[in-house]
Amino acid sequence: MLATRDFSHYVKNVGAGLAHIDLAVEGVSCAGCMTKIERGLSAIPDVTLARVNLTDRRVALEWKTGTLDPARFIDRLAELGYKAYPFETVRAEAVEVEQSRFLMRCLGVAAFATMNVMMLSIPVWSGSAGDMIPEQRDFFHWLSALIALPAAAYAGRPFFQSAWRALRTGNTNMDVPISIGVTLALAMSVAETIAHAEHTYFDAAIMLLTFLLVGRYLDQSMRRRTRAVAGNLAALKAETATKFVADNEISEVPVAALRAGDLVLLRPGERCAVDGTVVEGHSEIDQSLITGETLYAPAERGTAVYAGTMNISGTLRVRVSAASEGTLLAEITRLLENALQARSRYVQLADRASRLYAPVVHATALLTMIGWVLAGASWHDAIVTAVAVLIITCPCALGLAIPTVQTVASGAMFRAGVLLNAGDSIERTAAVTRVIFDKTGTLTLPELDVINSGNVPADILDLAGRLALASHHPVAAAVARAAGVKSPLEGIVEQPGQGVRGELDGVELRLGRPSFCGAEDMAEQLLRLDPEVSVVAFRKGDARYVFAVRQSLRTDAREMIAGLKARGIAVEILSGDRELAVHAAAQALGVDEWRAAVTPAEKIARIEALKNQGVKVMMVGDGLNDAPALAAAHVSMSPVSAAHLSQAAADMVFLGKKLSPVVAAIDYSRKALRLMRQNLWLAVGYNIIAVPVAITGVVTPLIAALAMSGSSLLVMLNALRARRVASERT
Amino acid sequence: MEVLVYLVPAALGLGLVGLLGFLWSLKSGQYDDMEGAAWRAIADDEPAAKAPPDGAGK
Repeated sequence: MLATRDFSHYVKNVGAGLAHIDLAVEGVSCAGCMTKIERGLSAIPDVTLARVNLTDRRVALEWKTGTLDPARFIDRLAELGYKAYPFETVRAEAVEVEQSRFLMRCLGVAAFATMNVMMLSIPVWSGSAGDMIPEQRDFFHWLSALIALPAAAYAGRPFFQSAWRALRTGNTNMDVPISIGVTLALAMSVAETIAHAEHTYFDAAIMLLTFLLVGRYLDQSMRRRTRAVAGNLAALKAETATKFVADNEISEVPVAALRAGDLVLLRPGERCAVDGTVVEGHSEIDQSLITGETLYAPAERGTAVYAGTMNISGTLRVRVSAASEGTLLAEITRLLENALQARSRYVQLADRASRLYAPVVHATALLTMIGWVLAGASWHDAIVTAVAVLIITCPCALGLAIPTVQTVASGAMFRAGVLLNAGDSIERTAAVTRVIFDKTGTLTLPELDVINSGNVPADILDLAGRLALASHHPVAAAVARAAGVKSPLEGIVEQPGQGVRGELDGVELRLGRPSFCGAEDMAEQLLRLDPEVSVVAFRKGDARYVFAVRQSLRTDAREMIAGLKARGIAVEILSGDRELAVHAAAQALGVDEWRAAVTPAEKIARIEALKNQGVKVMMVGDGLNDAPALAAAHVSMSPVSAAHLSQAAADMVFLGKKLSPVVAAIDYSRKALRLMRQNLWLAVGYNIIAVPVAITGVVTPLIAALAMSGSSLLVMLNALRARRVASERT
Repeated sequence: MEVLVYLVPAALGLGLVGLLGFLWSLKSGQYDDMEGAAWRAIADDEPAAKAPPDGAGK
């Protein structure tokens, strides 16, 4: 049954009779793809714009309003070999984009001002020894002021605003010493210009802003990119629901277009995309993404279902409810909020450094001034020297030390399949001493697999697979996948709750429950060997076969856990699933510490207990029931197949079917933290050399400019080393 | 040294033109896709005139 697809929710009117849509596209990675897609889409009549954004992996399309159905673009892209889906820009992403444009504008203005002030400063530096007359020098200083003051007022806003916010709440951050340094340097330079003095620091102040804005922009663009990729992943899940638009009329609509109170149809084998209550029908549902429980639960009128619930056997009608109505969900949301509040107490390395740094620097400047006055210098000279100390110590390298490493490390982690949700997750990951895994969907793959396909003759498996293609049942889907077949048999009848039946060359074929195929005793044998499996039987004429189906462990789970242990990290399993299932998985993976049938509140309690012992816990989980634990842990990770809420609560999301990104994240983070510390020490080392020079009062603007750019470059180059880790891949 | 009267405004003016050019290019979305722009420069040929150089970021 193919209902109409309605994407009108995503279409925007951009005026001049044009409609606009943005599509997330999978697999666009090179210039070739870009040209292919743009040509392919432009060839559709009435399309006025088809433009690929290779950074965000998206396509923007415009066409004459009312002439085309957006579904046609998606079909065309599918023909070209790309999976695409429209999406709505979430507010957080729109804010990131606006923020990075703002920083780029500031950077442009600051860079312009730096170059031009430098152009005026160099003649002063080189000319003051020779033929430059004082009037010319003053003229150049005034011109510098004319450029630097408005430019600093414009381009310094990111720092001034952030410093002001911190001060107002009684805190301090790196932006406070930056703002003070820049403001004082400019103020002193104006005063010196008025006094016809020889040295001004307009160039130093504005150059400082330029370097710092580079760091700020890099940091921002990393976050923006992650956000865009995360948005694409969400869009490409292509979550649609079958909505009743009239009594017996259904339409395929995007989940984003559903409202509370809507009635949706849930067929067997479909994942519910919304929270709601069953109003009609009987079925079994798989709640493993929500509770971690792998046994199916019955569903009938009044049963609550959550986004992520898989419908197994019967067709259900579900009334969409608002998030707060579900009891389980409300409880999880409450736990989640509490956990998130506790999390904000973490102080980033950069802020810790600036808490130490600002008082020391400001005290040094003050002492310098007092010292010079006591030594008999004039107040004017003492103040100028003190300000010179502030300028030379202004945390240029310090401001770049951490964002540059973060940018490089997050790029490397991105290539290893890890997306960062939070910028400071790198530092937190580096400190991890224990990793807690959820079992279902995290250590295991979310899909079912046939585990005994080797025991069944290939032609039988093939036949069973072709029969299974007719059913939407997840177990049947596993059989079809195992057989790797594409062409279904014809004339197949599905018997709801039992299985499917068909005929080939006059021989009857059946696939379904053991009782449906008369294979109960064989099924029992299998279950005795492994009580965890679901059994599906196949019958050809009188010959009977049984398949054991279960969630299998991710292929590299064992090596990954060994890898963690080799790095001195303890491993533990906390699962909502039954004891038997968890015990089997823990044994197979060589994990000694495990707990089964754990509720969300108990997971948090366990993590809190560990926290109180000083253990830094990383939580890796995917279920809705893991979300509060993910937020409560020191740092957390989710697979890309996780429930929405869990992904939002996690600090990092990893892609693909392997668990190796967990180890990679730890390796890259440890390396990155080491480099951040190194960079901070480099900045300190630079100050140890520069400060005595400044205190003695021999610093000229030329020395300040050289020292500042030199230390910034050093820190940036050091940050590039975060790209590689010693133990690439495990 | 009277030549400075012309040279300095000329230098600053040129710089300002550069800055305005940068702000314009930023506003018209030319910095929205740095990776794509890098590849477009060496692409064989542009797809038919249907893709104007700006306006992608609406």
